[in-house]
Amino acid sequence: MHRCQGAVPSDIEMKDVRMRWLLPVFLIASVCPVASPVWAAGKLTVYTYESFVAEWGPGPKVKKAFEAQCGCDLELIAVGDAVAMLTRLKIEGQSSPAEIVLGLDNNLVAEAKATGLFVPHPTGLSANTVPGGFSDEVFVPFDYGHFAVVYDSQVVKTPPTSLDELVNGDPEMKIAIQDPRTSTPGLGLLLWMKSVYGDKAGDAWSKLKGRVLTVSPDWSGAYALLTKGEAPMAFSYVTSPAYHRIAEGNDRYRAAAFSEGHYLQVEVAGMTNKGVANPLAGQFMEFMTSPAFQDIIPETNWMFPAGKTTSPLSQVWDELVKPAKTLVIAAGDVAANRKTWIDEWLTAMGR
Amino acid sequence: MANRHGSLNPGFAALGLLALVVGGAIAGLLIAAVGDPSGAAEAINGRLASVVSFTLLQSGLSTILSVGMALPLAIAFNRHGEFPGRVLLLRLFALPMALPAIVVALAILALFGRNGLLVNVMQWAGMGTSLNVYGLSGILLAHVFFNLPLAVRLLLAALATAPANHYRLASQFGMNERAIFRFVEWPVLAVTLPGVCLLVGTLCLTSFTIVLLLGGGPAATTLEVEIYQALRYDFDPARAALLVAIQLALVTVIGMIAGRGDVTGDTSVQAHRPARWMPPWLRLADFAIIAVASLFVLSPLVAILAAGLQADLVRLFGEASTRRAFVTSMFVGTCAAFLAVSMALALACARKSASKNAIRLAAIFDRVPYMVLAFPVSALGAGWFLLVYRMVDLDLFAVLLVILVNAVMALPFAYRFIRPVHDDARERHDRLCASLGIGGWNRWRLVDWPLQKAAIFSALAFACALSLGDLGVIILFGSDHVQTLPWLLFTRMGAYRTADAQGLALLLALLCLALMMLADRLAVDRPK
Repeated sequence: MHRCQGAVPSDIEMKDVRMRWLLPVFLIASVCPVASPVWAAGKLTVYTYESFVAEWGPGPKVKKAFEAQCGCDLELIAVGDAVAMLTRLKIEGQSSPAEIVLGLDNNLVAEAKATGLFVPHPTGLSANTVPGGFSDEVFVPFDYGHFAVVYDSQVVKTPPTSLDELVNGDPEMKIAIQDPRTSTPGLGLLLWMKSVYGDKAGDAWSKLKGRVLTVSPDWSGAYALLTKGEAPMAFSYVTSPAYHRIAEGNDRYRAAAFSEGHYLQVEVAGMTNKGVANPLAGQFMEFMTSPAFQDIIPETNWMFPAGKTTSPLSQVWDELVKPAKTLVIAAGDVAANRKTWIDEWLTAMGR
Repeated sequence: MANRHGSLNPGFAALGLLALVVGGAIAGLLIAAVGDPSGAAEAINGRLASVVSFTLLQSGLSTILSVGMALPLAIAFNRHGEFPGRVLLLRLFALPMALPAIVVALAILALFGRNGLLVNVMQWAGMGTSLNVYGLSGILLAHVFFNLPLAVRLLLAALATAPANHYRLASQFGMNERAIFRFVEWPVLAVTLPGVCLLVGTLCLTSFTIVLLLGGGPAATTLEVEIYQALRYDFDPARAALLVAIQLALVTVIGMIAGRGDVTGDTSVQAHRPARWMPPWLRLADFAIIAVASLFVLSPLVAILAAGLQADLVRLFGEASTRRAFVTSMFVGTCAAFLAVSMALALACARKSASKNAIRLAAIFDRVPYMVLAFPVSALGAGWFLLVYRMVDLDLFAVLLVILVNAVMALPFAYRFIRPVHDDARERHDRLCASLGIGGWNRWRLVDWPLQKAAIFSALAFACALSLGDLGVIILFGSDHVQTLPWLLFTRMGAYRTADAQGLALLLALLCLALMMLADRLAVDRPK
């Protein structure tokens, strides 16, 4: 009794007409208000990561300083993070609008070169203050920071003094780490373990596993667990305490110095072969290593400047953990072994 | 016959748009995969089986728990149509959907974590000192928090279509509550349950942040994580495409198992359940269920409120970037909501028309929206990027794509709100309108709109809230011209500014609450 015989004509026509005009109207309305970029006479297009261009990041100040110097338009295009940026370059290939790519790190250098998009940088730029003296014919470092375990000093009274102590320590004193499959610091910890334990890294991970509270997909998730009091330790940077001391005026969160040394992250920039044709690209690379750019970095990107600054950094930076030794695995080896090592990590952590 | 096809056209148009959104992404992935298909073979390894089985396990359990607990709760809410706080509770039940997963995960940990409220209470009461939420239990907890309130709202909407005269008859026959449940309430619930289960199941199946952060380690890995990885570090479109295909196949199979009865189900005569005498013990039990469930849903919201109030809200809301993100989010959310609701109306209309004599077609109209929900947003973004980056202005296209994808993702929700009411309106009035010769605009204005407007406003508010909380495509497209509130929240979190992020989460929650209140207000008839 409930089902009636077929639909009613009038009803059909009404609905039909209504839908026909609604859909296109919404589609058109959806596209309207989009800002169009301003095109200046001279323009330089730079790919970088999201937090670089954020209003509290280095981007706005860098843009202002460089534009004052060159009288041109500096277009900073934010592309996710370092890895997303590399993927974007792989997809776009030679058609990429990027003239400079700023913000890849030392672990990605080999894969970035394999795209064939980058050209050697102008000579005389590699003079920098990166520990271990980063030198590469294509990429120029602009800042660096060692990875470190950052702990809540109100909870952790005796922080681990070595990676080995972290691995073998009290499993109740937990640490939040990042997933090497989705996060750069996560990969950093993986490489740190690898450079200390070599072939025995798998075993070390199996031991550390008991101490790992959880594995966050990104840096911010793990760090939030630390600052919200859920985890007493999180994997981060030697420079993290500088943020809390300078911006928040407290020294509750501290980095633990590890006797084996600390794994290093160096952030670099490179010029693409599209950039070669633009004299502004060369000018920017030079600007990047100059104090005008380097002064901006510490308290916006919370990393150590890779070049000279106008005046010495504040006391706080001097008091941060100074790693006894800098650990780095060559970019080529990272590119060749990343999958194998991640599988090793998955096996050890999955058990 | 021509006319009958006519009523299906909007439905076909909606399906076409869905096919376009998904097809474009698939085409992009496949074109890129043709260059190097070797990755697809690599995807088939020993780990894949365990990833698939964990994906199914966690989503299955999450669905059973969420919907299983939602059933008695919805019935209790339905039995008691008026009690102080009922309206507010149901509005608050819409909030979890608008919150980014990371915010919810942190709120859950503030309560159930190692240093959470519960542990502190337990310590105070001398009942032990530790609690390990990480693992399957944490995932389930967060998924129930997300989906229990959603399921309750959807089931309540379905219960509202139970015929009022059935309740009257039940009273006259002197039926007890058990009999009323069996003969009046269960029939309408049974019609809608498979769809609700499928929706919740698909949402849990594609969960990402919750699974990683609360799962405690890579042993808890879903297909969605593998797809993200394949697209990210490895940039292996072939492997990603294969994994996407597996995920879609899973949801399709589940969809086929889940709902047959649903497709042709009809309901009629909408009315609220009349108030009625009830034994005190039952009344007590109902309110106990409502109290416990509300405590569970509200406490993380209170945690989010408490955390948000610690932020410097005046400065934060005064910042130009916050205002810009607010405008962008509202614009994207509004456009996506209207598009989603238009599509939902079109599909509901086409399904209803086809259910008379083209059951298979009706099933397609009914099921396809859920299939699309199973398509990972990361793959949608990457696929479309691969397809169009050479051809179009990416900034412009990003806005369009964000709206389209949000609309498509909100469609299943909008559809679940609208379908029961639409069916009901058609069932009641098709013949009457035909015999009176009322059609076109007049029928919409006089008959359909008054009956369906509450559902349409609810669906709009829900779809808008859902789009407000979305992040997916924007991140992948990396366009700095489309900066939404969740995007702002994430970048602040990624730059030590957790307090700002919590303030923004509070703003998102308040926006969502305002939307729900607006929808409720608009749905009420104003005196003329």
